[in-house]
Order: sequence, then structure tokens, then C-alpha cells
Amino acid sequence: MSDLKITRLHKRYGLVPAVRGIDLDVPSGEFTVLVGPSGCGKSTLLRMIAGLEEISEGTIEIGGRVVNHVRPRDRDIAMVFQNYALYPYMNVFENIAFGLRARKTPQDEIQKRVKRAAEMLAITGLLDRLPRQLSGGQRQRVAIGRAIVRNAKLFLFDEPLSNLDAQLRDEMRSEIKRLHQELGTTMIYVTHDQIEAMTLADRIVLLKDGLIEQAGTPLDLYERPATRFVAGFLGSPKMNFIPADYVRDGSGAAVKFADGTALALPRGPEGNRPVVFGIRPQHFSRDPGSLSGQAARVRATVELLQPTGSRAFITFPLGGKPIMAELASHDVQGPGESLDLYMDIGRAVLIDPETGRVL
Amino acid sequence: MSAVETKPLLQRPGTRLAIRYAIAIVLTVIFVFPIYWLFMISFKTPAEIFAFPPKWYASKLQFGNYVGLFKDGDAVSVLNSLILAGTSTVIAMVLGTMAAYSLVRFKTGGENLAVWIISQRMVPPIAIIFPVFLLYVFFGWVDTYHGLIILYTAFNLPYVIWMMRGYIEDIPLELEESALVDGWTRWQVLWRVVFPMARTGLFATAVFTFVFAWNDFIFALVLTRTEVITYTVQVTHYFGGQSNFWAKIAAMSVLGTLPVFVAVAFMQRYLVRGISMGAVKG
Repeated sequence: MSDLKITRLHKRYGLVPAVRGIDLDVPSGEFTVLVGPSGCGKSTLLRMIAGLEEISEGTIEIGGRVVNHVRPRDRDIAMVFQNYALYPYMNVFENIAFGLRARKTPQDEIQKRVKRAAEMLAITGLLDRLPRQLSGGQRQRVAIGRAIVRNAKLFLFDEPLSNLDAQLRDEMRSEIKRLHQELGTTMIYVTHDQIEAMTLADRIVLLKDGLIEQAGTPLDLYERPATRFVAGFLGSPKMNFIPADYVRDGSGAAVKFADGTALALPRGPEGNRPVVFGIRPQHFSRDPGSLSGQAARVRATVELLQPTGSRAFITFPLGGKPIMAELASHDVQGPGESLDLYMDIGRAVLIDPETGRVL
Repeated sequence: MSAVETKPLLQRPGTRLAIRYAIAIVLTVIFVFPIYWLFMISFKTPAEIFAFPPKWYASKLQFGNYVGLFKDGDAVSVLNSLILAGTSTVIAMVLGTMAAYSLVRFKTGGENLAVWIISQRMVPPIAIIFPVFLLYVFFGWVDTYHGLIILYTAFNLPYVIWMMRGYIEDIPLELEESALVDGWTRWQVLWRVVFPMARTGLFATAVFTFVFAWNDFIFALVLTRTEVITYTVQVTHYFGGQSNFWAKIAAMSVLGTLPVFVAVAFMQRYLVRGISMGAVKG
């Protein structure tokens, strides 16, 4: 049973397309994250699901019912907005109860549900306060409280953590994840932050230019990206890309970089062609034994060192490009140092430079 | 030889403050005096009004001038003004706020409709009073409540729409969207979100709208005869060819000023203060 089914969905603002034909099926209880750079159509898509934007073409079904022309209030959804959308003239209790009052819920039921939501979110002590007397994190809890008291079929989150500082964001992220586990409700969550996407999602839907670039579990997308865009978008620091020539002859597959460096590959497609070679900073190590697959040795002269505590990021030139690698802090001394690094070559990706697709 | 170096008198902070206060007091007296004088005349007996040298204050508070106005039935004109200004303000606020909401949220009429609307407000009343008079004669609306109410409403609507448009634009869209998702209808959102959020603007605009209708003279002069005379027109009846009834003029003017005093006093905090937007990041 799926709670949300989207078929060939389009949205145009005049002649400008924002969403260009999206198909999406969200199973009951799943946490789906729509992620992508700004302007990719993720917020427009969410707003169409909520009924706040008209649909230009295609259908949206919620709980098996086509809702294209159903008003937002009749869609059985709850939504959390980026700016919290709290009413400044109502106290926290009334803010949370606002949606229940719209549905003429009996007073004792309102009391009960608001109290339960407040307990879940640890804001019981704040119920008498006005929004302006709350911190950003508390306001966002109230906004989430307003959504959860509704017992809606579908929860929509529109970049709910973007206005919070980094530490609070981490805290609220865990909170939202915990809520999903407790409530088991289907949730659709929009963010531009790939870390939020990776940590929260059962399934990530990565959007670009109004189309789904790739959809799948976070690990799927991380380990088996379909395109250069997906490979570059997920993961931090981002994947290194080096233009290269791919050669396949009797001795096997290999890539050659502009500076003459050649790396043998454990496998690869037929034929010789120009490619973009992609490797994540995490797939480097000083110890070939620590790598899961075949190791390829490269000589690195450290140009830049960025320690982060237990790990350190180094930048060195390879194939004419500055390459970043993540190592254990004690593995590297400082800039100018020359080291042997091992690359987990089996996890590298080859990308068609023309289409951007992973080969 | 003095050890303390003293600045010239004019540059000492105390002196400057004193000068500022003196100027402020003089200006206040100049502006307040006519109002004071008006109030005083309204309490004076005829002998006191024309006394020379002038009496600066009434010898005792006597309400004879006011009693006269109520006995003659002239005081009804204040009630007329209240009815006309109050009703037209309510209608203009309701219609104007809805129109402004439509302009802002549904982009009704595109970018330029709002400017066109406010341009209607720039018409000088004197330029249209005769066509309006002829029209009203034709409709039989002269000397009626609804005739003036419609006219005041029409004249105030552009102002209300223009002002409310600005206030509504300041309301974060998400507040309304959130309410829509939560289960409220558009009309309920207007009532439960837009009105409370724009409360300051609503009251401020209403005060100005009311005062415009309250102070109107030209429309009321031309379009009323005997039934719906407003206090501004009533006052002019006391200026005679032979003599002016100063006591009545003063008492009627005070009666006409009081409602505006009261309105401004009650609405002062809305006129001055902007509502704090605690809802959105801040």
C-alpha cells in the first residue's frame, strides 16, 4: 500500500518549467527525502503534494485518491515550514491546537493530544508562552508539534532545519528521526543539505532541473551513483573528478591521466574512450590492507592539510587536478610531505564526459 | 585666577537643554492655544465671550451652550456624523481589506491595478461634486444616509486598499499556507490569520478613514439639506450675516472634536507601534 503516488507530474510557471515529469511512489511509513540544489524543483514538488501549488500536468494520489483538485485542508496532510509559521498572537498551546480547532475536535481531545505531543517534544513547560519568547529550536519543536497532533496520513517537511544553527540542526535531526520511528507515519522531507538527506532518509530522491536524477536508499546512491551529478552531490568532501583516457587492451582495463599517471582497473567496459575518473576522498588510505578491494598506489605531495580532529583532509595534485583525500590525522605531517597513498580502485567510477552518466 | 575652565554660556549642556525646552514650550503653546480657547469659549457666558480685555478662562464651568445645542436638536448633527463616518469606515475597511488581500495573494489585476486604484484617491472632491450632485438628484439620494455613506466609502476605499496592501504583503505567506494545510478555508484564514496579523494596520487605517469622513465638509454641504446634516455643516449655520454665534460655534466644535480625541486616544498604541513578528525567524 502506498500513501503517495505521483505520475508524470509537471509544473510550469508560464513557459518556465519547474517540474518536468516526475514519477514517484512512496510506500506507507517510509521516510523519503527530496534533495537537490536550489532551483531543482524539490520545494515545488512538495508544495504540489500539499496542494499549495497548482498542478500543470500529471496526477498526485494520496492514500489511493487522486487529489489534483482537492483543497489542502482535505488532503489529510500536515506540513512543517522552514520559517516555523507560528502565529505570534497565540501561545504555544493554541498554536499546536490550531489545526485541531479547524477540524472541530472536542476540547478534551485537544487537551489530550496537545499534551501528548508536547511531552514527545519536551516542550510541556512552554505551552503558555508566546512564540517570540522561544528560541529557534523551541519554535521548530512547536511547529513539529502542530503537525504531529493532527495524526495526518502524510507529513511534509519543507527545509525545517535550515534556519537553525549547526548544533541545533544536529539535535533536531535526531529528534525528527526518532519521531519517525515512534510514529511510523509516511514523511516527505525536502532539504538541500546532503547530510540531512543521508542521515534521515529511508529513500533519497535526488532532483535536478525538475527531474529525478536518481532515487534509492542513501547507500545505493552513495555507492552506486548513476550520474556524475549524483556522485558529486552526495558525500563530504565531495568526490574527486579527473579527466582521463580509458584504455582496454589484452592486459586489462586502465585509465591514463594528462600527467601520464596510469592506473589499472579491476574491471571496465569495452572500447577505448575519454572518461571522467571519479574517486571519493574516503577511498584513500596509507595502508593498502585497510582497503576492501584492489589497491592502486599513487605518489602524493601534500599541498594543503586540513585537520578535523581524528581525520585530516589533504590536497595533492593528480592528473593535473587538485585531489582531496581523507586520512587518519596521524598519517600525515604537513604540507610539502611526499607520501604513498593507496586508492580503493574498485570503488572508483568512470563517467561518460558527454552524458555525465556513470559507465 | 580660576582653576576651572568654563565654556561659553551657550555651549554648556544645561543651557542647550533649557533652550530646547523653551522652544518646545513656546511651540506647544502656539499650537494648543486655539484649542484651549475653543474649549474656554464653549463654557463662557456671552458677556464673558465679548469681554475686553479678554478673559483667559471661564469664570465657572457652565454647560448652558451645550444644553442649548441639545435643546434645539442641533446636536443630532454630531450623531449624523458618527453614523456616516462609522458606517462608511466599517464598509470601506471590510471591502478594502478583501480587495487588498486579493491584490496581494492572487495578483488580481496584475502589477498596475493597485496604482490605478490609489490614483482615484487623488481626484479633488470639488472637481466631481457637481456631477455627483446631479447623479444623486437623479437617484433621489440627496440628503440620505446611504448617499453619503456610499460616497465616503468610495472615496476611502482606494486609501484602505493601498494601505492594507502594504500590511498584508508583510504577513509571511507561510502563516496562511500553514493554516490552509491545517484545515482552514480561505475565508477563515482571512479572519483568523490575516486580520490578527494586520491588526495594527487595520486600526491605523480605520482611524484615518474615519477622520476623513468625519472632517468632510464639501460633500456634506452640497449633498445634505435638513435630514442628514453633519456637524461640520451645522457649525457653518452659526455664522450669520449680522452676527456670529460664537458660543454655539465653540460648543459644536468641541462636540465634533471629542469623538476624534477619544478614537485617537484609544487607538494610540496601534497608531504608534508596529506588531512584533515573533512567528518568523527573528
